[in-house]
Amino acid sequence: MNTSLSTSLPAVAASPHAQAQGSIGSVMAKVMLALAPATVCGLWFFGWPAFSLWLITILAAVLGEALCLRLMGKPVQATLLDGSAVLTGWLLALSLPPWAPWWIGVVGGLFATIIGKQVFGGVGQNLFNPAMIGRVALLVSFPVQMTAWVAPAMGVHAPGLAESLQITFGGAGIPDAMTSASLLGQAKTELSRGVDLLHTFANGLPTSFSGVRPGSLGETAVVLIAAGGVAMLFMGIISWHIPVSMLAAIAIPALIAHGINPARYLDAGAHVLSGGAMLGAFFIATDYVSSPSSRAGQLVFGAGCGFLTWVIRTYGGYPEGVAFAVLLMNALTPAIDRLVKPRVYGRDYKGQPIVLDKKEK
Amino acid sequence: MGILDIFNGKGWGVHPHDDHKRPAADVPLRVMPLPKRLCVPLLQHVGAPATPLVAVGDRVLRGQLIAGPGGRLSAPVHAPSSGVVTAIGEVTAPHPSGLPFAAITITLDGLDEGIDFPAVPDPFTLAPAEVAQKIADAGIVGLGGATFPSAPKAELGRKLAVQTLIINGGECEPYLSSDDSVMRERAADVIDGVRILMHTTGAQNALVGIEDNKPEAIAAMRLAVEAFPAISIRPVPARYPMGSDRQLVQVLTGKEVPSGARTASIGVLVNNVSTCAAIHRAVRLGEPLYRRIVTVNGGAVAEPGNVLAPIGVLVEDLLAFAGLKETPARLVMGGPMMGVALPHAQVPTVKGCGGILALTAAEITVEEPSPCIRCGSCVNACPMGLMPLEMAARIKVGDYDGADKLALDDCLACGCCAYVCPSHIPLVQSFFHAKGEIWKRAQQKKRNEFTKELAQARKDRLEREARERAEAAAKRKAARAAQQASGTPEV
Ligand code: SF4
Ligand code: SF4
Repeated sequence: MNTSLSTSLPAVAASPHAQAQGSIGSVMAKVMLALAPATVCGLWFFGWPAFSLWLITILAAVLGEALCLRLMGKPVQATLLDGSAVLTGWLLALSLPPWAPWWIGVVGGLFATIIGKQVFGGVGQNLFNPAMIGRVALLVSFPVQMTAWVAPAMGVHAPGLAESLQITFGGAGIPDAMTSASLLGQAKTELSRGVDLLHTFANGLPTSFSGVRPGSLGETAVVLIAAGGVAMLFMGIISWHIPVSMLAAIAIPALIAHGINPARYLDAGAHVLSGGAMLGAFFIATDYVSSPSSRAGQLVFGAGCGFLTWVIRTYGGYPEGVAFAVLLMNALTPAIDRLVKPRVYGRDYKGQPIVLDKKEK
Repeated sequence: MGILDIFNGKGWGVHPHDDHKRPAADVPLRVMPLPKRLCVPLLQHVGAPATPLVAVGDRVLRGQLIAGPGGRLSAPVHAPSSGVVTAIGEVTAPHPSGLPFAAITITLDGLDEGIDFPAVPDPFTLAPAEVAQKIADAGIVGLGGATFPSAPKAELGRKLAVQTLIINGGECEPYLSSDDSVMRERAADVIDGVRILMHTTGAQNALVGIEDNKPEAIAAMRLAVEAFPAISIRPVPARYPMGSDRQLVQVLTGKEVPSGARTASIGVLVNNVSTCAAIHRAVRLGEPLYRRIVTVNGGAVAEPGNVLAPIGVLVEDLLAFAGLKETPARLVMGGPMMGVALPHAQVPTVKGCGGILALTAAEITVEEPSPCIRCGSCVNACPMGLMPLEMAARIKVGDYDGADKLALDDCLACGCCAYVCPSHIPLVQSFFHAKGEIWKRAQQKKRNEFTKELAQARKDRLEREARERAEAAAKRKAARAAQQASGTPEV
């Protein structure tokens, strides 16, 4: 009890004097944890080439971030440790064709963190989702590589390590026998050739909950992606507003259009379970920085992402539209934040103090 | 207020994962032995400081009036024990600035001699105005921390014909349990105080809101209220800041207090449970407010718990009584969310002080702020529906008007936003700063206008004088001309 109280205390601080546990790093770590099962599953589906690409993309994203931080004289290590660059690279890798050549990962990863994030001023400043910036840049520049899908090998028919390295690094490309089209790609190509969907998918749609079908890493393991998303909901990292509104806004137009003309429009299940819809709804559109911060705003944002996705998939030039839709809505985020605000206690939505009802008084 | 409210959710506030209220709350109330001296501040309430009525060298008795109210909105101060006034002057205020303010220092003689208190066995026979006067004379102020003088508040309630009293037993701040202690140990006093207050204000019923993390208090209060159907005990969910007037009113009545208005404007008046207990003592027993229950808590305290201590006891004496295990990293008066950090321990307690915390370094975890990641946690936590991140972003670039437009004025400084922020941004600090700047500017503007007025008045005066001079000169000239005309008849 000889503790000295006579000396004055160090710098007197403002309230509050307590804080919840949590940091940017811990949030990112939880997101990665939620992403891990789907990723592992996807890597098993597509084998070593997918693994190499995943790793390369993440390293490139981190490298891009580190370069910029170094150039701007900001602390490199501390910022890298928050994990946001790793997550950007990871999400980008999940949206790539798993057997794409190594330089796709490098270009995409560098582009994502340098142009998509650091140019805007670093963490918290970027208007657009960096991973989607990377993906769209690749899609526009290298349409061939970005739409070369393979059927899942599931370990069994998987290429050996040497062959895998050859696929990723050797420039040999994908053996013709293994290429395959994604559901959305096939639908679009056949429709443009004048073959309607009823003929294209005469044997039923190749959608399945198990996700064993051609596509990106994040597209195949749909159930695990959704499970990861639900885990994030429970951990309180994201709220339901964006995922639910986004999926609903894809499914509802699909349901209506398919009901009217099944030969022209894919059904809601195909839309929700294929492409980047699930990954986009839970992991991409929910990116804190580039989405609105009020819950009502998030509903508007999610609905916009979903509806635009459906429109682009259905009428646009590209078979998949999640990335474009998210970027378009990102651009609207500042406007949404200004227009859709929570109501201040004791005020109406216009910001005027509530007028009391005289009778009630 | 429409569908958007549903989508925005009602999940305001925070649930600190450990409220640190126990074990301190479960330790039986202890009475602090008299210290050697007390420093009783003259300003312990909202309003004008009290004016000293004693001089250095005077002997005072327990309960004696030592400073009278300094204006219409003020409160008197009483001696907590017997002794000699040894100084009237500056001591350190319980405020982060550490600025000194006036207090009466009494060196106690340990005899604890008191004056006779005028007891009133049945206050319900008195006119409401008389009861209010007794409350005013006893120096009762809001003990929940707001320290608004209770008598003018009750009179306001009477004038506006409030129907419902809201009795605040929320005590949502972590670590604190002084209200809990009052309800557990003095439930009957609290309820009697509520009844006296109903009589004074003319309110027809009273709702006592108690957070459901205090089952013992709820049970004790339910027992005490059995004979009085007009008073009902309402457990409310434990969620910070449930004890904020506006939030409690909304939860209990479903009504919102308009921005910028008082709760009385929607027909309710909020009073704290400890205030009610003090009103009971003031009116029934004639005992002025000179002591209160203070929670002494925090990781550095050896024997945390609730202590009945004289008002004006130095924090250092209070901590010596409860004992320290280690040197605290921070001393806080009040709770960890809204309390003020003390510059040192030679600071006296005041009427509104419900707790003294001696926190360890681990408990305050000061982390370096990192950039805002727009996670929206602060928006969801804000009980007022504000957008703390947007306000802070405006303030950062000096756009105080922008922050003001986002209703900075409505901020309670409750600290929910800063509590949840994963980037550890000192949001509340930035709001304090901006409010200060806005206030300063308003003052400056007032001053400028005043100066302009003065300048205008001077200009007007000079013009008037010049005009008058000119007129006088003209008159003189005319007179001279007339004289000349009359004086020189021959041409
Ligand atoms: S909680 Fe902090 S990081 Fe999150 S939006 Fe608010 S200020 Fe930004
Ligand atoms: S301190 Fe102000 S802005 Fe922050 S949560 Fe409380 S009321 Fe909202």
